[in-house]
Amino acid sequence: MPTKIEKDSITGQETTGHEWDGLKELNTPLPKWWLYTFYATILFAAVWVVLYPAIPVQGWTGLTGWTARGALPAQMDAERARQAPILARLREVSAEQIAADPELRGFALAGGRVGFANNCAGCHGAGGQGAAGGFPSLADDDWLWGGGFEAIHTTITHGVRAGESDEERGIAMPAFLTTGMLTQAQINDTAEFVLSLSGRSTDAAAAERGREPYAENCASCHGEQGEGNRDLGAPRLNDQIWLYGGDRASVVRSIAYSRAGVMPAWRGRLDPAMINMITVYVHALGGGE
Amino acid sequence: MNQIAPERPKVDTKPEPSLYATHQKVYPRAVKGRVRNIKWAVLVVLLALYYVVPWFRWDRGPGVPDQAVLVDISHARLFFLWIELWPQEVYFLTGALVLGAIGLFAVTSLYGRLWCGFTCPQTVWTDLFMWVERRIEGDRNARMKLDQGAKGGRWWKLKLSKHAAWLFIAMATGGAWIMYFNDAPTVTWAMLTGQASLSVYGFFALFTATTYVLAGAAREQVCTYMCPWPRFQGAMLDDNSLVVTYRDWRGEPRGKPDTAHGDCVDCKACVHVCPTGIDIRDGQQLECIGCGLCVDACDDVMAKLGREKGLVAFETLKNLAASQAAVAGMEPGPARHAAGMAARVPQKKVRPRTLIYSGAILGVVAIMLGAWMLRATLTLSVERDRAPLFVQLSDGGIRNGYTLKLANKTRGEDLHLALVLDGPQGLQLTVQDTGEDAAGRPILTTRDDGITQWRALVTAPPGLRLGDNTPLTFRLVDGAGRTLVTQRSAFMGPRR
Repeated sequence: MPTKIEKDSITGQETTGHEWDGLKELNTPLPKWWLYTFYATILFAAVWVVLYPAIPVQGWTGLTGWTARGALPAQMDAERARQAPILARLREVSAEQIAADPELRGFALAGGRVGFANNCAGCHGAGGQGAAGGFPSLADDDWLWGGGFEAIHTTITHGVRAGESDEERGIAMPAFLTTGMLTQAQINDTAEFVLSLSGRSTDAAAAERGREPYAENCASCHGEQGEGNRDLGAPRLNDQIWLYGGDRASVVRSIAYSRAGVMPAWRGRLDPAMINMITVYVHALGGGE
Repeated sequence: MNQIAPERPKVDTKPEPSLYATHQKVYPRAVKGRVRNIKWAVLVVLLALYYVVPWFRWDRGPGVPDQAVLVDISHARLFFLWIELWPQEVYFLTGALVLGAIGLFAVTSLYGRLWCGFTCPQTVWTDLFMWVERRIEGDRNARMKLDQGAKGGRWWKLKLSKHAAWLFIAMATGGAWIMYFNDAPTVTWAMLTGQASLSVYGFFALFTATTYVLAGAAREQVCTYMCPWPRFQGAMLDDNSLVVTYRDWRGEPRGKPDTAHGDCVDCKACVHVCPTGIDIRDGQQLECIGCGLCVDACDDVMAKLGREKGLVAFETLKNLAASQAAVAGMEPGPARHAAGMAARVPQKKVRPRTLIYSGAILGVVAIMLGAWMLRATLTLSVERDRAPLFVQLSDGGIRNGYTLKLANKTRGEDLHLALVLDGPQGLQLTVQDTGEDAAGRPILTTRDDGITQWRALVTAPPGLRLGDNTPLTFRLVDGAGRTLVTQRSAFMGPRR
C-alpha cells in the first residue's frame, strides 16, 4: 500500500512516520537474517513444547516422554553405582575403623552430615545442639548411653525404648509419686539433695533430709554421688547439664512422674553403611569418647 | 471570508519502506600496500600463536600437566607457564580482562579502532577466509561474475572447494580451542581415533560451526549488527584520535584528473577494497572497522597518477577541520594541497582521557602486581560452628567448635605445621584426629596441592568467665617457629 514517506532533512534517511513531540524515528532497517533468527527461535520453542513437558498439565510429557522426575531414578542409580564400592567397605568395617582411615572418614563425615540432617536433626537439632524437653545435645561431653563408637552405634541401631529388640535401651525410671513409692514431701527433699550434688542446693536441711530416700530409691541407678550409669541410661546428676531442666520444680516433676525419652531404632530404616557414617559424624560433633 | 489552509509538510509518495534490509554481499578486492603488509604480519603472528601455543610444553614435575597454557576444568586449575591458579584466584583473570578493556580504551582514544581493524578474531579469521576465497574463486570481479552467472560445473567445483577449505580451517580452529582445555597431544589423538568424550566433540563442533559461519558467511554483519564495541567506541574517540579519513578538502570536487577537479578521481578503489562495503568518503561511519585498506588502495591510485599519497589516511578530525579551514575558497591544485597540509599539527597524545586511561592501567597493574606478590600459597580458613553456637559441658565449662580448612597451593611437599591459639589465658585447644608436637601443640599435616579439613574444639574451663563474644586468633607455625598464616575468629559463650 503506497504511503507517505518523509525524509529526514539532516541525514537524508527515511523516517518510519512515527513522531513523538516533534521527535521522528529514522527507519534503520534490521537485517533480514536477524528476523529469520528470531523466527528460528520461535520454531525452536514450538518444537521444544511438542517434544518436552512444557505445558503444566498433569500427565503431559511431550512426544519424547522425558520428564525430570522420570530421569531422576537413572541418575540416582548411576550415583549409587558410583558410591557402591565405598559403601560396601563402610558396611563391612566398624565405625572405629572408619574413623581411623582418612579416606573412609572423609566420606563418612560428609555422608553422615547429610544422613543426620535427614533423620536425626528433627529432634537433636542442626549440628546436634539438642532441644529443650528431653532431646539431648550430641555436641557436648555428656553421654546418656555412652559416647564411644560402639555405644553410639548401638544406640542408633536399636533406639531408646523403641520396643525393637532385647538389645535396645529399654530401662525406664519409675514415677515415684504416682506409684506411691515416695510422698510429695520426700520427693521435695530428694530433689533438694539431687541439686546439692552439683552444688545448687539452697536449703541444706532439706537436702540432708533427702539423702536417705535418694540412697534407697535413686542411687542404684544414678549412683551414690549422682555419677550416673550408662548401662541403664541413667543420667549424671552431679554435673551442669540437665536434660529436663535443672531448677527445683523440674527435678521434683522428674522424680514424681518420671522421665523417659524415646528414640526409634534405625536398623532396617537406614543402610548399615549410613548408620556407620552417622556414628562417625556424631562422634566427631562433640569429640566423642 | 478567506479560509487559510494549514500548510502540509512536503512528502514523497512511494511504496512503504521495508523494516528489514536484505543482505548485500560484499566483494572486497585484493589490495597491496603498507597497511595490508602490517595486517598480514599481525594475522600470521596471531594465528600462529593461537594454533601453536597449546603444543608448548612446560615441565612442572611428575603427576602435573606439562602443557604451558592449560585451563584444566576437571581438576579446577589454570596453568600459565610458571603460574598455577586455583578457582578462588580467578580475580587474576578478571584483572587481566580489566587491563585488556582499559588498554583497548587507551589505544582507541589514541589510534582509533586498531583492535577492530587489525587484531579482533572476527577480522583475522574473516581476512584468512577471504584470502582462501580469493585463491579459489579469484578477485572481486571474478567472484561477482561467478555469483551472477549460471551454476554450472565450474561453479560447483569452485564453491565446493572453497567451502571445503573453509571447513578445514574452521575444524582446525575448533580443534585448537579444545586443546586449551585438554592435554593437546592426548585430546588430538583421542579425537582422531574417536575416543574423545561427547563434550569434547560437542565443543569442537560448536567452535567449528561458529568459525565457519562468522568468518565465512556473517563477516561484516558481526561488526555492524552483533558487536557491542562499535556502539560505544564513540565515547573513546575524540578530535585528536587517529581515524581512517578521506581528506575531502583535497579530493573535492571529484572527477577527471585535470586542474578543474580535486585529487579524487572517483575510481571507487577505496569502496571496492572495503571489507564492510562502505564508502569512506561519506565520513565517519559505524560500519568502518578502521582497517585502513582504503588507505593502501587510494595511495596506489595516487602513485599511478603521480600525486601525493594520503588522500585517504589515518588522520585526526582536528587536523581535517584545520585543513578544511585553511583551504576554504581555494582552487584545486598543488597550492591547495600545500596549504591544507601546512595547517596540520602533530597529534596531541597527552589529553585528559589518555591520562585517565594510562592512570587506570597503571593502577590496575599495580594492584595486580601487588596481589600477585602477596599471593599466599598457604591459606587457613576458620568456620565457627553456628549450630550450636556454644556447648555447655558437664563441669560447667563452655566449648566452641571450629572447622579449619588448610589449602596448600604448593606442589611436591607436605607441610607439618603446629596450630597455636592466641586468646585469653586458660583456653584449651584440641584438634580431632591429629598428633601433637613436643610442646603439646596440635600438628596439622597438609598434603601438597590440596585442601585438608580439621575439626578443632576450644574449651573455656568453668573458672574462666568470658564474655559472650571473645576474639581469638588461630596461627600456624612451622618447625623454625615462624608464623606462616593467621586467621581471626571468635569464642562465643552465654551472656553474663
